[in-house]
Amino acid sequence: MQTLLRTPLYERHVALGARLVPFAGWEMPVQYEGVIPEHRAVRTDAGVFDVSHMGELEVEGPRALELLQAALSNDLKRIAPGRAQYTLLTNGHGGIVDDLIAYELEPERFLLIVNASNRETDFAWLRERELPGAEVRDVSDRYALLAVQGPRALERLGLPDAPAFTFADGELDGVRCVINRTGYTGEEGVELLVPAGRAGELWDRVVERGAAPCGLGARDTLRLEVCYPLHGNDIGPETDAISAGLGWVCALDKEFTGSDELRRIKEAGPERKLAAFVMEEPGIPRQGMTVAEGGEVTSGSHSPMLERGIGLGYVPAGLAQPGTELTIDIRGRSRSARVVKKPIYSRGRPDGRG
Amino acid sequence: MAAAESYPDDLRYHPEHDWARLENGEAVFGITWFAQDALGELVHFEAPAEGAALVKDRSYAEVESVKAVSDVIAPLSGEVLEVNSAVKDAPETVNDDPYGAGWLVRVRLTNRGEIDSLLDPEAYKQHLAEQA
Repeated sequence: MQTLLRTPLYERHVALGARLVPFAGWEMPVQYEGVIPEHRAVRTDAGVFDVSHMGELEVEGPRALELLQAALSNDLKRIAPGRAQYTLLTNGHGGIVDDLIAYELEPERFLLIVNASNRETDFAWLRERELPGAEVRDVSDRYALLAVQGPRALERLGLPDAPAFTFADGELDGVRCVINRTGYTGEEGVELLVPAGRAGELWDRVVERGAAPCGLGARDTLRLEVCYPLHGNDIGPETDAISAGLGWVCALDKEFTGSDELRRIKEAGPERKLAAFVMEEPGIPRQGMTVAEGGEVTSGSHSPMLERGIGLGYVPAGLAQPGTELTIDIRGRSRSARVVKKPIYSRGRPDGRG
Repeated sequence: MAAAESYPDDLRYHPEHDWARLENGEAVFGITWFAQDALGELVHFEAPAEGAALVKDRSYAEVESVKAVSDVIAPLSGEVLEVNSAVKDAPETVNDDPYGAGWLVRVRLTNRGEIDSLLDPEAYKQHLAEQA
């Protein structure tokens, strides 16, 4: 039996009464008080997530940019030190090895924050392509990562506003950390990268400032409401970036692994597309359920904000238009759903309709 | 408000975490405190139709939380007389009051001989302890 890894905050999760589950090789809190109250805390106030299971890879050297420009879909020349970028590690078919955020620390030093389940794959992938003058290091064990998210997150942490996808060294109540204006909830907030040894202290300060501890359950419902894809569910090595609706992070005017194939798919038009849908009838769609008109649900859940079933799924491109009616096979029962414009939920459109 | 853990004396239990309250040839069914706690806050109750024939030990409904779906097993055989519409409208009622307002169905029993197979509260608690 494989031993599960624990983050530096494990003892705190246990003390808070969290329900712990295995996730990507880690023993992680899925919920504390409950998925729904935690979800609502992030939509209305502030919540804190331990996302220390995520991997951190550093790429450094005079040819670091060259290596990453060839491996990642987005164009790092669009950012500068202190800025970050959502991007994809692609394979030769335009499939998605991982989705990640690249942080430009210095012109010759980049940090990649990657999915926990892909940490080793990504590291090996980049190491295979390592150039003389571009060193790739897995520095994941040095860091813990806390996501503090919600409309009151910055206020509660006493942080000034800053543009999304920027970052800077800073401190919170005496604990030094890197403050990233990034997140996975659709809300304002920060992700705090902190040396593993100071993580407990930082967590305590954030909780004392009123952020509700939130588990991976709420993290999943929050990201699904705003249609952020989850690697392993909605995107993966067999799904290409164009069909997944991630063409906007593919700089097709540069050369990177799979760029020829992605240009071809874009030119021809994808055969299927990742569509967002809302249930029109009772029932909760789940990953793997069949769409009667063609296709499959890749993520599904109950939306705490809409109070009905929602999901993402690949459907024939002609059925991906908002307003299209779909039929989801929910364990043998046909239930109707409607394709909506992404995101499914936004504060301005609380009914979830495009 | 989540209910505190309890297994009332006047109920009989099925090992799949269901309870039955027997009332003169009829019975009311629901899920136990343990079942609702394991699932978390319920967000959907896929109810059987009134008149449906339930077979002991077989699934007759589904309850879902945000993260999980679970079959609901019939503790006894019978015919559905009434579905608790309060739970259809507000499934979290089951979390708030699993043995009271959170009942699921009322049935007319079709095989009263099955009753002896159910567990009393002590035996059910023993069953839970063995699972832990």
